[in-house]
Amino acid sequence: MLTKEKQATALPKQATSISGAEAVILALLEEKVDTVFGYPGGAIMPVYDALFDYTDRLNHVLVRHEQGGIHAGQGYARASGKVGVVFATSGPGATNLVTGLADAQIDSTPLVCISGQVYAHLLGTDAFQEIDILNITTPVTKWNYQVANAEEIPDVLAKAFYIAKSGRPGPVLIDITKNAQLQQFEFSGYQPCQHIRSYRPKPVVRQEYILQAAELINQAQKPFILWGQGVMLGAAEKEFRAFVEKSGIPAAWTIMGAGALPSRHPQNVGMLGMHGNYGPNVLTNECDVLIAIGMRFDDRVTGRLDKYARQARIIHLDIDPTEIGKNVPVTVPVWGDCKETLPLLTELVEPRQHTAWLQQFRRYNEQEIEAVIQEELFPTSEEMTMGEVVQQLNELTGGDAIVVSDVGQHQMVACRYASLNHTRSNITSGGLGTMGFALPAAIGAKYGAPERTVVAVIGDGGFQMTLQELGTIMQSGADVKLLILNNRFLGMVRQWQELFHERRYSFVDIASPDFVKVADGYGISGKSVSKREELRGALQQMLSHQGSYLLEVMVTKENNVFPMVPQGCSVSEIRLS
Amino acid sequence: MRNENHTQKEEFNITVYTENHIGLLTRIAIIFSRRKINVESLNTSPSEVEGIHRFSIVMTETAETVRKIAGQIEKQVGVLKVYFNTNQDVVWQEMALYKVPTDVIAERAVVERLLRENGARAVVIRKDYTVFETTGHREETDNLLRVLEPYGLIEFVRSARIAIIKDSEGFHRKLQEFEQSEPHDEVVENEYLSSREKVFTM
Repeated sequence: MLTKEKQATALPKQATSISGAEAVILALLEEKVDTVFGYPGGAIMPVYDALFDYTDRLNHVLVRHEQGGIHAGQGYARASGKVGVVFATSGPGATNLVTGLADAQIDSTPLVCISGQVYAHLLGTDAFQEIDILNITTPVTKWNYQVANAEEIPDVLAKAFYIAKSGRPGPVLIDITKNAQLQQFEFSGYQPCQHIRSYRPKPVVRQEYILQAAELINQAQKPFILWGQGVMLGAAEKEFRAFVEKSGIPAAWTIMGAGALPSRHPQNVGMLGMHGNYGPNVLTNECDVLIAIGMRFDDRVTGRLDKYARQARIIHLDIDPTEIGKNVPVTVPVWGDCKETLPLLTELVEPRQHTAWLQQFRRYNEQEIEAVIQEELFPTSEEMTMGEVVQQLNELTGGDAIVVSDVGQHQMVACRYASLNHTRSNITSGGLGTMGFALPAAIGAKYGAPERTVVAVIGDGGFQMTLQELGTIMQSGADVKLLILNNRFLGMVRQWQELFHERRYSFVDIASPDFVKVADGYGISGKSVSKREELRGALQQMLSHQGSYLLEVMVTKENNVFPMVPQGCSVSEIRLS
Repeated sequence: MRNENHTQKEEFNITVYTENHIGLLTRIAIIFSRRKINVESLNTSPSEVEGIHRFSIVMTETAETVRKIAGQIEKQVGVLKVYFNTNQDVVWQEMALYKVPTDVIAERAVVERLLRENGARAVVIRKDYTVFETTGHREETDNLLRVLEPYGLIEFVRSARIAIIKDSEGFHRKLQEFEQSEPHDEVVENEYLSSREKVFTM
């Protein structure tokens, strides 16, 4: 391997002439970035050249496709709570980021993506690998900016990090022309950004709304908490738990909020939405006060809006005021970061125990166990179910693993049944529903939380969308456990075709390669099991294996995920079969 | 905040104060286009305070939709403030230019009278044509258009609407204070665009 003599890596203390590319690297170091995911190319070569001198301080993970790079950045950010950083070159490199940007935008994931761009004098000339990435990414970024002059780089990157992580987090793309990367300029140090005059990351908390909210909660007979990822984004898990426990109110979660309160907490009544639990969905239409915390009433959560919680008075806590009243009319809008608003509310709510009301959730849960859960987790059928795999995994990890799921039936099963003891343990593509997300996101999650076990639960369809990232695992040595639940179908589409298209299974029968052999080609150990008696041992082997491991479990072909709120139905019309 | 009472669509004037940043126009335009909402008129120009731009956008929608759109615009990085008002809440004007053959105007006294009645004034008088200008509400500028059409209208153009909010002290003082406490950044444009031959390319 080629090596280059390491230069001194101390940051310049006074004005020094450096290149724009070096300024990029110094900015990342100042922002305490430890890992970057990326793929080099012509227009970002100067940045990669500068990186070569700093590899002792900045870890770079070479991915196999920019989409893999950005999903890895997302996994890193979601597991660590830090900003994910991604490098890509111009043209196709940059356009390959678009899916990940859209995913990060809708799931509020903090990212700073740096794309190379052609020389400034070539902009607009259809130069080789030139694309107008700023206009392409405008709808899918929180902010984006093009730099054509190196002198701007320190300030622009400082703004990028500030915007990405403050308020409601989101992805930022900084496009840097090649001349700006090569240009030498007088660098006089890096100032982190604390404020931008035309950007208000969080609204001012208004005490009158806290008072009104507390009053409603104290009068309520059947209050119900819905929480989302906002609790984790605000690092308000402790404050949230204090509120839940003092108020005694049952609480249910969106898939993005999973894990903010441990799965086994007595007031955690389960998952909301289309494939959520029976009780929380039905009782949404019975509660008298609905307290939504850091969630955005996505259509997968609400079902039909005109039949959603019409009887309830709604309190909505959110850092983004435009989310309040966007989909569901709200009685009390509590603007603000829930880390600030929750303690104010907890202070004012009376300590209560809603025992009888909680009991109602439990009764529905018993019905669900009998109709769905028992057979899903402890099947009597010959073939294995996705649920029993997740159940076995729970027993072996004790609920301590980070579970990264892809998109489809297995995602709903993983989110429903995975036992999560810790926050930031459920990483999935919630809003965009990006198949191919899990493998690269799991790699990123391992870098974001190296001390934790990371298990990626992936379907046979999604795995084939980004399986090139096995190469990244091979080269980087990321210890990721890959659990493929293979039902030889694009299962969720097949389920919909069964239920709503008269079993016309149009192009959902997907053939797959021998995944174990594919993994073997990348030097990754693996195994495929199709018999129940082999499952536990195989899972154990996967978890105890030193390094990454691929386990394929052949599960039943035509299993459906229930309960289900059919599209166009109210949440209380949730079906058990 | 239930919206049963807000299903009636009407004309709204959205006023947006922004930084003078490249790309912000696209960001604002996307907020309309992704919802498949048509913008009837859009004017953007420097405000009275250096570095701050003012957009005037006209759209026909329900109050509820306009409120949500205004919120979406205001949350963009680079946007300072958004107001939305009905036509009753603003003083508004559009400007129109009309190009007509000079001989008709010069020869026919009736045209001159019509122009005067419509408050038009000549901007340019040439041998072959004359350009008139009038400002007012849509029906006023439309009216002159109808009047001039029989006399051989050659060209017509109407500006976007500009509007001033009636019921407020205005944003002027706040803008000035704002600019004074936190001066704007200089816009960095592409200085290399026209120096293609002189710049080394790898």
